[in-house]
Amino acid sequence: MSDHEYNPKSKFGKWFNDRLPLLTLANHLTDYPTPKNLNYWWTFGGILTFCLITQIVTGLVLAMHYIAHADMAFDSVEHIMRDVNYGWLIRYIHANGASMFFLAVYIHIFRSLFYGSYKAPREIIWIIGIIIYLLMMAAAFMGYVLPWGQMSFWGATVITNLFSAIPLVGEGIVTWLWGGYSVDNPTLTRFFTLHYLIPFLILGLVVLHIWALHVPGNNNPVGIDIKKPSKDTVPFHPYIVIKDGFALLMFMIVFAFFVFYTPNILGHADNYIEADPLVTPAHIVPEWYLLPFYAILRSVPDKLLGVIAMLSAIFILAALPWLDTSKIRSAVFRPLYRQFYWILVADVLILGYVGAMPAEGLYLLIARVATAYYFLHFLVILPVLGFKEKTLPLPISITEPVLGGSPNLAAAKNREGLKE
Amino acid sequence: MAEKKTNRRDFLFTATYAVGAVGAGAVVWPMIDQMNPDASVKALASTEVDVSSVGPGKTITVLWRGKPVFIRRRTDKEIEEARSVKLEDLKHPEKDEDRAQNPEWLVMLGVCTHLGCVPLDQKGDYNGWFCPCHGSHYDTSGRIRKGPAPTNMEIPKYEFVNANTIKIG
Repeated sequence: MSDHEYNPKSKFGKWFNDRLPLLTLANHLTDYPTPKNLNYWWTFGGILTFCLITQIVTGLVLAMHYIAHADMAFDSVEHIMRDVNYGWLIRYIHANGASMFFLAVYIHIFRSLFYGSYKAPREIIWIIGIIIYLLMMAAAFMGYVLPWGQMSFWGATVITNLFSAIPLVGEGIVTWLWGGYSVDNPTLTRFFTLHYLIPFLILGLVVLHIWALHVPGNNNPVGIDIKKPSKDTVPFHPYIVIKDGFALLMFMIVFAFFVFYTPNILGHADNYIEADPLVTPAHIVPEWYLLPFYAILRSVPDKLLGVIAMLSAIFILAALPWLDTSKIRSAVFRPLYRQFYWILVADVLILGYVGAMPAEGLYLLIARVATAYYFLHFLVILPVLGFKEKTLPLPISITEPVLGGSPNLAAAKNREGLKE
Repeated sequence: MAEKKTNRRDFLFTATYAVGAVGAGAVVWPMIDQMNPDASVKALASTEVDVSSVGPGKTITVLWRGKPVFIRRRTDKEIEEARSVKLEDLKHPEKDEDRAQNPEWLVMLGVCTHLGCVPLDQKGDYNGWFCPCHGSHYDTSGRIRKGPAPTNMEIPKYEFVNANTIKIG
């Protein structure tokens, strides 16, 4: 938080602010010094906030028309699509909104990976982010179950059965999750409850995520520590507000394209068939945003080890600030890391692709190689690279590479100080 | 600091924590256990099925506890195949004699032991069942022969009430 005191101008404002310093908070948020070199990859935080609010508002409206009962859920969704005024629009926004949310979160995560935003002193921001990501996956999975179509039912069956891999207590846990001996009405009602709850948990964590961000301030494309406020920063309002707003508009164009032109392309046709516990669809695949992890699950021939590998692939991210031993944040100054970064991006995309394909033959082989590489990247390449890599010299400020600086570091630093 | 002596107050703290923990447990347990199968779910725990119309080589699927149960009237060839397999060749060794009380009738949960999909009848490399989800192959006794499933398909508790009726559960 900024140290300067804020004094409201009006008498009432002062009276109120002395009792609840909301105006101080608002002032902090508007004046918040932001690195002036932030590029468009930094606009996804705002876009994600928009996605969360969109999901909460549309979800609230859908819950007014949806009936969480195994006999009525499927029909109530069709009722929303056909009878409720603009129900089709609200449901398509909500369903595609989940995909847009994940699209934005993946860009947000990979931006952090490129610019080293997870490194000290921002580990807590990063870990809260990973928890938000986990909750997003839980919410998306449970939300996908609610229409009670074939993919809902069998997706729920397969994912809850992952817990049966746990030795001894696994079967008991699965029965407990189901509230019965198979996925059925008790499962649906509890998934609805949790699907309703989780977005508000995410909202709370987003507040913590931003709070933790505002302690050290934003990382930036150069990845160096900067003085705040200084000539390396601009106030959040209006500079970043306008930039985030413009990026959000571009993002909404993509969002609207899916909602209005191909609202079902990211879903599965089988989910328009009502759940049938006697028939499994021929080809079960999760939503696209879970495919890389699904590929990792299937690439391991043992049930328990497959589940462990899949969960490790997510939890390994939480340890990233300590696995990456390099002191240099931004990949701009890490010529080797930059290449491994793009190999990782390709690796995750390949995992996503093979996750959608049948687990056999060449696809299985590719999935196994890609899974091995994924863990190799985090467990071997990153720790070793921090010691071996010859990094490029860092500029002493954001302004320096643009306006030129003295070759004499001490003199340049001195000059930076004088211009405060 | 002086050597710490246990006194009456320490006893009071420990006793208070212990009672508090029991109280917390007594509150938490109902909140957890309410998610387990309720009385109405458990009440549906057994089903009687008339199998008089099932001819040799035919399978019927009935719903028991929300799960499919395969009731297959096996042909002599299938019984022969199931009984001639060496136990060493099985991933989860079980004799067919232990799985089918009456060799002609195989009654088992139609649930793949990998992740719970319903396998397809008369498919796969062993003429038994094949799970389309992740490619597990089962033989004519419902035993896992190839693929990721760890165990054979489960045999529920069942009995022949009379020659034409099976009671499952």
